[in-house]
Amino acid sequence: MANLLLEWVIKTIVILFILVTAVAYVTLMERKVMSWIQMRVGPNRVGPWGLLQPLADGLKMIFKEDIVPTQASRWLYILAPALSLIPALMTFIVIPYGSEVNLFGYRVELHVTRMNVGLLYILALTSVGVYGIVLAGWSSNNKYSLMGGLRSSAQMISYELALGLSIVSVLLYTGSLDLVEIVEKQSGITGWNIFRFPLMIVFVIFYIASLAETNRTPFDLPEADSELVAGYHTEYSSMSFVMFQMAEYLNLITAASISTTLFFGGWNGPFVERLPLLGPVYFTIKVLVLIFIAMWIRYTVPRFRYDQLMRFGWKFLLPASIVNIIITSTVILLLR
Amino acid sequence: MVRNYIPVLLILIIATGMAAVIIILSRLAAKSRPTREKLMPYECGVEPVGTARERQSVKFYLVAMAFLLFDIEAVFLVPWAVVFRGVVQSEAYRHLKYVFYGEMMVFMVVLFVGLVYVWRKGILEWNR
Repeated sequence: MANLLLEWVIKTIVILFILVTAVAYVTLMERKVMSWIQMRVGPNRVGPWGLLQPLADGLKMIFKEDIVPTQASRWLYILAPALSLIPALMTFIVIPYGSEVNLFGYRVELHVTRMNVGLLYILALTSVGVYGIVLAGWSSNNKYSLMGGLRSSAQMISYELALGLSIVSVLLYTGSLDLVEIVEKQSGITGWNIFRFPLMIVFVIFYIASLAETNRTPFDLPEADSELVAGYHTEYSSMSFVMFQMAEYLNLITAASISTTLFFGGWNGPFVERLPLLGPVYFTIKVLVLIFIAMWIRYTVPRFRYDQLMRFGWKFLLPASIVNIIITSTVILLLR
Repeated sequence: MVRNYIPVLLILIIATGMAAVIIILSRLAAKSRPTREKLMPYECGVEPVGTARERQSVKFYLVAMAFLLFDIEAVFLVPWAVVFRGVVQSEAYRHLKYVFYGEMMVFMVVLFVGLVYVWRKGILEWNR
């Protein structure tokens, strides 16, 4: 038991370290991808190819003044960024990024923990993340922030329906909420869920809904720089602002990881049975590709108008995911 | 197994600690020089007009209520979906296969009718 506890502590700390580093470098990746798409060079002064840019940004932000406006509800205003960062950090412990490997003579399973309701756990935590944004918008006592917070809550709950219902179609195939089991069922190159008939369409719905959940363009109405001056975090500065940014990019990484786990076979890939250490490599590659696609969409597609956004979510994605459940269950009933 | 949930507690503690350290760190490291203008709500550089605690469109509440209804229905679908394949493929439940499928389809029709009702009532119209 003491051994197991030690293993959990080590794994948790390692995964948090990897996550924080990953967030820093995903921000750099975003700036690089953005500048390449816009035919610019991007950050290239700090370190070779701008590789030390995230460190410099972090250091600069620590030494900035943390402003709490006089009219703001002080405690909620300070707590809100933490409320959106903590759930974003917590989702990662159930995501499997590899099978069992031998490390220094120990057999290590490459996931922090395995629970039979793993997917529900992730869905629950991503819903908790809304509180941070809404409270930030409300407690700032700023009109732009309040609008951003309200829009964000309405948008996130609307797209959560499509997200939850599209996951049901995947569950019909996998028959389990345990993420490790879901990945194990997708072994072999044709075993990935994306290659099954209705699940390709489900993936498109899932990916669009997850973009909306993570407030990425074309669904970034809560922030909408040009009309709401960054929405719910207008008033935030210094490390409080950094916490919102971290939560946002963590959510992006989480969304890409769940897509990988549910549709692209997680750690599965060629030769992974013989060399289990390849698992995390495949997993990382798949996640990076999905993140790149999200960035590509961000710098290609213009922002929705609010009524278009709600219409798309409620009148297109929601019925489409309900129809998909019906199709998937009928296919399973008749063909298998 | 219940003990698999211990890491949730662990990461909750560590993540909360991280958030606390980040908040405290910036307060220790940065100098605070508040002025009246700096602590005003930001409104593009002019004096703020009125208060932000205004009444908001009732549409947001309607959407929240519709969300609650549909989300509870989505939760009902999850346990059904998890056992669906097992029930359909097992020999023991052969005679129940179509009942098991049909009952949920009826439920989905009810769900759809609910959506159509919300739609017709104009809760989803935001451009009016």
